[in-house]
Amino acid sequence: MQNEPKVFFKKESARFIGIGLVIFLIVQFLINTNLLNSFWSGIIFWGAAITILALGLNLIYGFNGQFSLGQYGFYAIGAYTAADITYRWTHGDPSGVAVVLSGALLTLVCYVGIAAFLRRFYRVTVMTQFTFYLLGTVFSFAIAVLVLAQPLGRLAQTILSALPGGLSQQIVFFIALLGGAALAGIVSYLFGIPVLELGSDYFGISTLGFTIIVKVLLDNTDTILPFPEMKGARGMIGIPQWTTWPWVFFSLLLVVMVMRNILHSSIGRAIVSVREDERAAELVGINVANAKLLAFVVGSIFAGLAGGIRAHDLAFLHPQSFNFIQSFNPLIIVVFGGLGSMTGTLFTGFVWIILLEGILRDLPTGYETWRFVIYPLVLLVMMLLRPEGLMGRYELPYLRRVLPARRKTEETEPEEVPA
Amino acid sequence: MEKAQNRGVPTEGSPAQSRHDGMILNRISQGLFVLLGLVVLYVLGRAGWKSPSIFIQQVLNGLQLGFIYALIALGYTMIYGIVRLINFAHGDVFMIGAFTSFYTIATLNLHRWPLWFWPNASGLGVTLLGTASVIILTMITTGALAVVVERFAYRPLRSKPRIAALITAVGVSFFLEYFGALPFAYTNNYITYPRPFEIEVYNAGKISPMLIGGMWVLFAVAALLFGVLYWRGRKGDLKARVWMRHPVLQWVLMLGGFMSAVLTLAGLHVETGGKVWDLSTSNVTLIIMGASITLQVLLQYVVNRTKLGKAMRAAAYDKPAARLMGINVDGVIALTFALGGGLAGAAGVLYATAYKQVHHLMGIIPGLKAFVAAVVGGIGSIPGAVVGSLIMGQTEVLAAGFISTPMRDAIVFSMLIIVLLVRPQGIFGEPATEKV
Repeated sequence: MQNEPKVFFKKESARFIGIGLVIFLIVQFLINTNLLNSFWSGIIFWGAAITILALGLNLIYGFNGQFSLGQYGFYAIGAYTAADITYRWTHGDPSGVAVVLSGALLTLVCYVGIAAFLRRFYRVTVMTQFTFYLLGTVFSFAIAVLVLAQPLGRLAQTILSALPGGLSQQIVFFIALLGGAALAGIVSYLFGIPVLELGSDYFGISTLGFTIIVKVLLDNTDTILPFPEMKGARGMIGIPQWTTWPWVFFSLLLVVMVMRNILHSSIGRAIVSVREDERAAELVGINVANAKLLAFVVGSIFAGLAGGIRAHDLAFLHPQSFNFIQSFNPLIIVVFGGLGSMTGTLFTGFVWIILLEGILRDLPTGYETWRFVIYPLVLLVMMLLRPEGLMGRYELPYLRRVLPARRKTEETEPEEVPA
Repeated sequence: MEKAQNRGVPTEGSPAQSRHDGMILNRISQGLFVLLGLVVLYVLGRAGWKSPSIFIQQVLNGLQLGFIYALIALGYTMIYGIVRLINFAHGDVFMIGAFTSFYTIATLNLHRWPLWFWPNASGLGVTLLGTASVIILTMITTGALAVVVERFAYRPLRSKPRIAALITAVGVSFFLEYFGALPFAYTNNYITYPRPFEIEVYNAGKISPMLIGGMWVLFAVAALLFGVLYWRGRKGDLKARVWMRHPVLQWVLMLGGFMSAVLTLAGLHVETGGKVWDLSTSNVTLIIMGASITLQVLLQYVVNRTKLGKAMRAAAYDKPAARLMGINVDGVIALTFALGGGLAGAAGVLYATAYKQVHHLMGIIPGLKAFVAAVVGGIGSIPGAVVGSLIMGQTEVLAAGFISTPMRDAIVFSMLIIVLLVRPQGIFGEPATEKV
């Protein structure tokens, strides 16, 4: 191992990214020549968004072992935040861009400060941490809304209007995606601090509760929360349809690469070791709480990003599409693909959407309603025949984790005793 | 709250002077949470002070909801206790129960079967017999359904990872819901439910004082007996301790207690200072309470006193060991599912009777809330499921009535998260001991 020359770009990496780019060009060509009509390209965009979502869940559940049903809640947060930013921008209100960006940055600064402050104390319970971080978040966003919204909004307006229209639109979209992901990350951090302590089934139940709470809040965005443009239970309309294939593809590629690199680093090994045995991981000096929190926050950030992409593809958001029944979708994808298999999730994410939303929609007339009868039956048969997932733990060469070979020492070798 | 970790305690080598005791911070944050709780209590208390009759009426409504949740939660808690599976299909078994009773009433007219044989039978007897037979038939159907689901969906996965069974449960849930939505099954419309009996509202003057008095006497006798037995038990009389937990005594105690309280509240007529005390209850509420208490005492009897119950507890404790002791574990699990399914079916009938509507997705939210109730009470514990359900019913109704109606579900689930944070094993649960 040590004699291997250090290369910046391994062969597998080059091959993976090369094949990815070829797929990207092919699909772009098909879209440009209209061979792939808007329905099917929409299905592919949706598939990519769901794949990103499921990759996030795979990081949380497949690699870190924390059974979560909250992924759709973070997806909803990302979708609504990103949609609100671009909606406000297209309606001449730059405050969305300013508030989310400055609020997220301030929160980050606050968190660093709070972490440094709390480190000076011992015997701090998780609830105390939660309270302090919550207060920090509320404080940051209050400042962002009350103080920074107007001047920063005007600044953003002047800068972006000086740029050509297409470019400023892309920048706003980028900020919107970033803002959605950041907000999902912040919320997941706050929620994760106390709840991740619970572990096992209780964590799953709490995240289920979280999804339902988010859905109820989205139902009341215009009455209880101060967002009349989200129109509460009537559904949010008027979101610009800005998602294009390059955005979708490169987001997916970015997510895959980030996740792969996390998992290949020592942090990733810590995350996986928490799944294998929490107590043993703690004994070898891994900060279990941090490892869990990291996986949870990164997974939720992916969910927020997926939400932003999906919102600007569909151009319509409705709270009903984020109810807790939907929150099983990413879980089903992850389990289908194989827990702890990125390849499996990549494959099943697309297949699942193409099958369920593309092909099964073309059932013969009179049998359209059978879609959701056939799908659970497939699910049942699948679970009975191959409960470990389609791919098991198979990975593409690029995504495969190369563990250092176990060193064989002379002492541990069992000596053969001559008879 | 006292979950201070020793992880952060400085060891001998570390500079302890630079780190301070975090208990001050813990107290601050606890104080903030207590403040929040006090605000909620203040809101509720002010509402109760302003119009006590509306407040108590809400509590009575919450009692009705809570007892329905209790029936569903019992199934959840038993199934989780024995196979460690969150049976997401349980809410849909509840839905199937409502639909089964819908068909037995609407097409078979079973709720009036005594009239087939005795055409001029009296109203009350016919209603009682008919309703009971509808409930029993529904319980048998849903129990059988739960067993079938267990046999074909969960049993083949018993040795596989737990997540496989969970996903299968979700699949079964979807299947029951959307198969029900097919045109030849239940269709996807809201259907008006024909009640097996007409609803009657009882308020002051409509309830005979004899009934109230009788209930109080019943309760007083049971409470006295219970007290005497408790006192004897404390003195070391083992027989008294056994008799204290006799199911009939418990049944009379619970039924008498709840019934007398509800009837007294509804039967009172007070006018003070311009405030009119006007409470009412209905026969649906009383039947729900009665049926729920009866079924759950029966269940507790089965679990604690019979051989089957002993087998269930053994299988829940350690399956391989139970198998070695000659217990038919698969059979016991199937029977657990049958019991849980039957209770869910009964809950379906009562729920549909109370709210007069059936729909193929009606099982999702009550099922989920009942599950939450089971978790709050301590999953795996039967009294916990009942207490948790009553708490859940009160939370939901009071939140809807006095805090915010659209935020009702959010408040209920926040409550779940708070309970889990404060006491993860639930109110009656035993802390999970991990085997190392």
